[in-house]
Amino acid sequence: MEKRVTFKGWLLPMCLLMPQIIITAVFFFYPAGQAIYQSLFIPDPFGLSMRWVGLGNFEYLLGDPYYRASFVTTAVFSLLVTVTSMGFALYLAVLADRLIKGSGVYRTLLIWPYAVAPAVAGVLWLFMFNTRVGVVSWYLGLLGYDWNHVLNEAEAMGLVVVASSWGRVSYNFLFFLAGLQAIPKSVIEAAAIDGARFWTRFRTIVFPLLSPTTFFLLVVNIVYAFFETFGVIHTITSGGPQQATTILVYKVFSDGFVSQDLGSSAAQSVILLVIVGALTIVQFKFIERRVHY
Amino acid sequence: MATIKLDNIKKSFGKTDVIHGVNIDIEDGEFIVIVGPSGCGKSTLLRMVAGLETVTSGEILIDGAQVNGVEPMDRDIAMVFQNYALYPHMSVEENMAYGLKIAKTPKAEITERVAEAARMLQLEPYLKRKPRELSGGQRQRVAMGRAIVRKPKVFLFDEPLSNLDAKLRVQMRLEIKELQSRLGITALYVTHDQVEAMTLADRMVVMNGGVADQIGAPLEVYSNPQTEFVAGFIGSPATNFIDAALVPDAPKGASKIGIRPEHITLLPSGQGKLSGNVVFTEALGAETLVHLRMDSGTETFTVRQDGAMALPVAGDPVGVDWGADDEMAFNDKGRRV
Repeated sequence: MEKRVTFKGWLLPMCLLMPQIIITAVFFFYPAGQAIYQSLFIPDPFGLSMRWVGLGNFEYLLGDPYYRASFVTTAVFSLLVTVTSMGFALYLAVLADRLIKGSGVYRTLLIWPYAVAPAVAGVLWLFMFNTRVGVVSWYLGLLGYDWNHVLNEAEAMGLVVVASSWGRVSYNFLFFLAGLQAIPKSVIEAAAIDGARFWTRFRTIVFPLLSPTTFFLLVVNIVYAFFETFGVIHTITSGGPQQATTILVYKVFSDGFVSQDLGSSAAQSVILLVIVGALTIVQFKFIERRVHY
Repeated sequence: MATIKLDNIKKSFGKTDVIHGVNIDIEDGEFIVIVGPSGCGKSTLLRMVAGLETVTSGEILIDGAQVNGVEPMDRDIAMVFQNYALYPHMSVEENMAYGLKIAKTPKAEITERVAEAARMLQLEPYLKRKPRELSGGQRQRVAMGRAIVRKPKVFLFDEPLSNLDAKLRVQMRLEIKELQSRLGITALYVTHDQVEAMTLADRMVVMNGGVADQIGAPLEVYSNPQTEFVAGFIGSPATNFIDAALVPDAPKGASKIGIRPEHITLLPSGQGKLSGNVVFTEALGAETLVHLRMDSGTETFTVRQDGAMALPVAGDPVGVDWGADDEMAFNDKGRRV
């Protein structure tokens, strides 16, 4: 049986819970309620009055080709970020797992990028790839490649994907390495005696046993790519060129605070809220079951 | 089926030497048990035969061919691990078929061989289950099955029974012995349990601090131990050791005399070779263990006597005696005199 701490009265537990409840209420429930409320109105251009439109904002959004394009952009972006950061992290984790000497140094260095804030990471990558002064774009220029993510949509997407994935590799690496080290060594040895070479062992034993970690990271990384990459996109491309990197979260910002269309922005927030909710349910349901072999 | 030869095997981890030159010749079909306390290097020795650990110096030969640099998979061996090392995401059937699948054995043959092993090990009802749905004993059987289906030249066992409860251990011990003699496959078995070693081995290797102290048939090792360590390690309760100076007619050069508990007779006080007091008794039914503190001071003696005999009372003064043939004399280096 699980051990539970029991309290006699209700005052102490309430006091202990209060900080969390207050933070959640102020920074989540209140703004979320505001967003839902505002999504049902259109404010006038001066913000003096609001007109009730019911689900009009949502209807307009779903018919808006730019909004639908942003959905596709978000899907492509988060898929690329997730695959890039997880794939690279897994590769590094497998190497680090095999390392005996100096693994501590290797691990520490790999973890550093995680400490860099997304916006700062964005600026770092922007400097390297800046079309005029960037060191990487200069070398690319020497090789005869004219790098210009300000004009080229694919290059812009590539750059924000790389910048967003970079810090994420550290985070994923930590989890993958822990997952790899949790696999009993004797199981790997048994497979080696059974005749499986490195790649076969990885495919048939290691990767299946890592599946709980992989699934957890999949969900966490998708959530990250959806919501936490704002800083990177804002600093590098500001959603451009031609909305090529305007993911849903960025569109909430640009429609609401740049274009001052608060009703539409609020409606987009509500849609995002539903998506987060769905992802969270998926995460809880599946992490509890299925992936346990 | 194969012979194994270990020729002056040494192993160091960095600057620490763990095995200092071990020589063993194993006949085809023989069941060899390596026994010793933890840290004596027995598992390391087994892992070197498996190819999971490199050999620092010396040669390992399987069927006359040197295998020092050969990968585990190419040595044609099968190993049963202490924690079973089953593949947790595969069913019992898949666990057993894994090695055959990798070897690209035809499907029909895989099915047949897995079925045969399952029948032998009474695993047929569990073929579709995952390891976590099995008891310890069943998991142990699956690990055995995985070794059997590949029909290897050599079986390696690394303390396979130490995670089982006492009763199951006895039963599995019998099954392993029976299976090995039926299949006639050379087996190398590592354990710290001397009862397992005595019951399973055709010949046993007693390891102590990275050295093979004695190699021989279990009864030979038991009745004629070559070192003080072997005399103390093999046999339960352990051999009693006493300073040779206290024993009346001790052989020349002996510093310690060992006498097994069952070779000692309790006599009334004042009689026999030595005297002491009863400290406590353990009545086990069939036999009784009497613990004595000797009058000479520090030595304690354990005496095993028939359970039917009267229980001595704690504090009683007693004399002890033994036959001169039962004395095992060791010099100051622990070697047999």
